[in-house]
Amino acid sequence: MVVKEIRLSASGIGKMAPGAHSTGEGIPGSSRSDPGMRRRELLISTALTLVFSATSARALVVKGSLPWAPSAGTPPTAVHPGPWVYFTPEEGAAIEALVDRLIPPDPQTPGGKDAGCAVFIDRQLAGSYGSAEGLYMHGPFADGTPEQGNQSPLTPAARYRQALAALDKYCRAAYAGKPFAQIPDDEKDKVLSGLEKGEVQLEGTSGRTFFEHLLQNTREGFFADPVYGGNRDMVGWKMIGFPGARYDYRDWVERHNERYPLPPVGIAGRPE
Amino acid sequence: MTRKLPAADVVIVGLGWTGSILAHELTGAGLNVVAIERGPWRDTATDFPPAYAQDELRYRIRHDLFLRPEQLTMTFRNNANQTALPIRSWGSFMPPNGVGGGGVHWNAETWRFLPSDFELRTHLVRRYGEKFLPEDMTIQDWGITYDDLEPHYDKFEYLCGTSGKAGNIKGQIQAGGNPFEGARSREYPTPPQKQPYGPTLFAQAAQEMGYKPFPQPSGNLSQAYTNPLGVTIGPCTYCGFCEWFGCGNYSKASPQTTILPALIRRPNFEARTQCEVSKINLDKSGKRATGVTYVDTSGNEWEQPADLVLLCAFQLFNVHLLLHSGIGKPYDPRAGEGVIGRNYSYQVTSSVDAFFDDKIFNPFIASGSIGMCIDEFNGDNFDHGPHGFVGGGYMGAVQTNGRPIQTARTPQATPRWGAEWKKAVAKSYLSSYEAVTHGGCYSYRDVYLDLDPTYTDRFGRKLMRLTFDFHENELKMSTYLTDRLAEVVQKMGPRQLEKHPRRGHYDVTVYQTTHTCGGAIMGVEPKTSALNRYLQSWDVPNLFVMGATAFPQNPGYNPTDTVGALAYWAADAIVNRYLKSPGPLVQI
Repeated sequence: MVVKEIRLSASGIGKMAPGAHSTGEGIPGSSRSDPGMRRRELLISTALTLVFSATSARALVVKGSLPWAPSAGTPPTAVHPGPWVYFTPEEGAAIEALVDRLIPPDPQTPGGKDAGCAVFIDRQLAGSYGSAEGLYMHGPFADGTPEQGNQSPLTPAARYRQALAALDKYCRAAYAGKPFAQIPDDEKDKVLSGLEKGEVQLEGTSGRTFFEHLLQNTREGFFADPVYGGNRDMVGWKMIGFPGARYDYRDWVERHNERYPLPPVGIAGRPE
Repeated sequence: MTRKLPAADVVIVGLGWTGSILAHELTGAGLNVVAIERGPWRDTATDFPPAYAQDELRYRIRHDLFLRPEQLTMTFRNNANQTALPIRSWGSFMPPNGVGGGGVHWNAETWRFLPSDFELRTHLVRRYGEKFLPEDMTIQDWGITYDDLEPHYDKFEYLCGTSGKAGNIKGQIQAGGNPFEGARSREYPTPPQKQPYGPTLFAQAAQEMGYKPFPQPSGNLSQAYTNPLGVTIGPCTYCGFCEWFGCGNYSKASPQTTILPALIRRPNFEARTQCEVSKINLDKSGKRATGVTYVDTSGNEWEQPADLVLLCAFQLFNVHLLLHSGIGKPYDPRAGEGVIGRNYSYQVTSSVDAFFDDKIFNPFIASGSIGMCIDEFNGDNFDHGPHGFVGGGYMGAVQTNGRPIQTARTPQATPRWGAEWKKAVAKSYLSSYEAVTHGGCYSYRDVYLDLDPTYTDRFGRKLMRLTFDFHENELKMSTYLTDRLAEVVQKMGPRQLEKHPRRGHYDVTVYQTTHTCGGAIMGVEPKTSALNRYLQSWDVPNLFVMGATAFPQNPGYNPTDTVGALAYWAADAIVNRYLKSPGPLVQI
């Protein structure tokens, strides 16, 4: 019998070590996960058994009192700058250049690169988001209408890998062998604009879909809590005036049309 | 091999709002109750403590508290000519998972439906004539009246400690409340929440135009409140992480903050979590439920026998279980016959974005259910004769959050990236405002739920298939409501205003609300409804089905107050009528 494992609990992003899990199947750390098992085998299996590795994800009988244990929560694991976890150095250079054009630096606020958007995307793709964990990834796969949503059999991590390779090929052909990161800024913007409008065609993948995916993830990196590696020093929050994870505005609700004076805070505290 | 457990008096499928309410009422009547919940136990300290509850990426963008589509999803198509494909990642609505259900991550907007909403077809035909309704519209009466439900609305609101201002107490219109609402027996348990700048400006503008603005009724409390069960809820701190999030502050009404601490102490109650019910079992006659079969996390299959089965899962999954269990006749849209899957309905929201030069709104000072609203254009509160549609919704300035990934907005002409985008976001974040309409959605012959022929879940069961698109009536309604809203917003004095009425096809990737309704509706006769007026199955009298599953169509309000009231109404019928004489409570 084929054993299939899925995680039923809301496991929390960042709970897993970055990079520990990139195939979309099995559970890292589980002695019963079989990294060699292929999706095709999963799809044809008929007898399914559920196995869990996370201690919080076991069936439980609750009676008499609330089930509470100290420190049983799942806080996010902080991302630290450092070498790429998912991207290759070339992919990393391309992503840094891309996010720095989507959100360019200006005298007041850093751009996407210095805000950490590329590090954010790298760590997201190395984790549960990149592996499409928890999503319904069973076939048959068919192209639907836009209203039916994404039907790709590929995980977000695989979609980035495919699109970045195709973008590299496009740029080297169009710009005398240069990758995206090495072409002038105004040419970078032309490429991005072409992707957005569907005018730049990428080989084997939709440039427009990649653009939307990248833009969404870049904005996430610019505005998410800094604990995930982007929004470094809360630059995104400071730019717009969002005070972040503040807890209590009761004294401020009825102070109308006044600028809130306190600086932002994040889950891990203030920037130093 | 399925192992059989000792019988219980009652088995409850799903421990959200309705499961918790029924468990509390029926254990109070002395019955042994077992609740079986698909997801994990959830509580503030473990799942959304204030230390990290305010995390937009984790909860809003990556859906941390919701059901995983891999565990169970459904397929979707706009119409029967298309091939339905699986919803691989949630978008339009967010099915809950775990103890507390949707009560964990709702906005806590706590509205009653209008008296005319419960007798909708009768009311509209009387006022406008049969021919005014679209030929394929399948709206119908609920089989109960607002007056039947009023004591139960009251009970749910006093459980929650709802913050608001009554507009009608025993027929007397109250200044500052909603003058269109049905008569209440008494004032709200707690006064309204405070209002930030945007809702205050909106209310001033609405007042000047002759409307009657009032504070939205809120399950995020304006002050501390101890409910009749002895459970205390804290005051809301307006932190702006409410809907999509669990409240880290014990100030949002949920099963966790209102019922479970009292319920769990009862010796005749037991919950089993991470256990998924796969089937409701019937005896040979097919007229009596014998209990349920469920699967635990080790893959063991168990049979839980019970005298009474209460289906209390989320709306969509109640219908899924009925279809899989062979209870009730599945709906056939060609013949227009059958009841399970019939009259699915949803929601039609829209918005108006306004950009100002001279105002600071501090959108992050928010709760999921503050705001100032008007109800002049809801239900049948206005004459639809000249407009060629029926239905409506409330509208207002409802300041739910300023979380920037989701809400950083720019005027439409702004590029979506680059230096100009950056400049526009920085300029607009504090000084722009979004007002909303919350429109209803009526039911149609070609909108329904059935089983998908291709895609299966992890048990190998067919997924449910959703066939739904907006109809002309609702799109006309949305245009009309958005135009009325824009007139009020214009009076707030923006530099620029943008209308976003609902248009085009229903898109399953675009979030509106999680107010999916119908599929096993209540009504007056078994030909056109799955449940009688007590939410009892016509076919299997020892089965009751809770939730918005029973709504014949969706009025222009948020559903939870009515879902809670119906649960108390059904509990009352079970305790005071059914237990005395088990059998059908309505004879046909």
